[in-house]
Amino acid sequence: MSQPFPASPQVPVLALGDILLVTLQGELHDGMAEQLQQDLTHRIAASSVTGVVIDISGVEIVDSFLGRVLAEIASTAGLLAARTVLAGMRPAVAITLVELGLTLPGLVTALDVDRAMELLSPREA
Amino acid sequence: MPASGQASATSLPIGSDADLAWVRQQVRQCAAQLGFGLVQQTKVVTAASELARNTLVHGGGGRVEITPLDDGRTRGLRMRFTDEGPGIRDLDLAMTDGWTSGGGLGLGLSGAKRLVHEFAVDTEPGRGTTVTAVAWVTPVPSSRTGVG
Repeated sequence: MSQPFPASPQVPVLALGDILLVTLQGELHDGMAEQLQQDLTHRIAASSVTGVVIDISGVEIVDSFLGRVLAEIASTAGLLAARTVLAGMRPAVAITLVELGLTLPGLVTALDVDRAMELLSPREA
Repeated sequence: MPASGQASATSLPIGSDADLAWVRQQVRQCAAQLGFGLVQQTKVVTAASELARNTLVHGGGGRVEITPLDDGRTRGLRMRFTDEGPGIRDLDLAMTDGWTSGGGLGLGLSGAKRLVHEFAVDTEPGRGTTVTAVAWVTPVPSSRTGVG
């Protein structure tokens, strides 16, 4: 398999307390998505992460491959006692996913990162 | 098929996941230039991604030809994906939602078909597969008065 780039750029993963914030942007190669899936799983298992927020507001398309990777990240995180929230899906992406037949029923979503963080933060009073 | 006018076709190789990303970019650019709206662009690019991945994963790689169309009333985009892979043994089965021969979700062909206006598969076991998908620029739906 030919790779025109020297190395696949990494997807930035930011730790905010017990929550990992993953920001997906622009063109995501299949290999990058699979790498992210592995990296996240190891980080969740190795630390006290209780939640994962995946910000896809910068993603122009989600096809069935990326959709499957996102659903698998959420399932795997769930087995490792962390909850996943998918944040910021663009309206055009949502319309297309439904037409494609991919409604990702197991995924928790939020309109933006702030609301996703709220969903994951422990309730006060 | 209407005469495709002045614009010429673009042919791109599909041999790696980096090629898939390049195909998506080229299809988006072409669709934007032809006047596709944002939702339509997203649908066409998603269909292209599904079909290009089929070409790569199931066909062992191939090519896509992207052709701008103009039938005199509206403009469109034709994408023709060809591979010389094993072909599809049971096309009806392959077009069924949820059926998969690979590791996917089984939405590639059936899902892509729903995202475009015209869709055709030409395949024969041992002779490879050609999938042709056409999308037309459609006006933003407005009031339904006047629709006969």
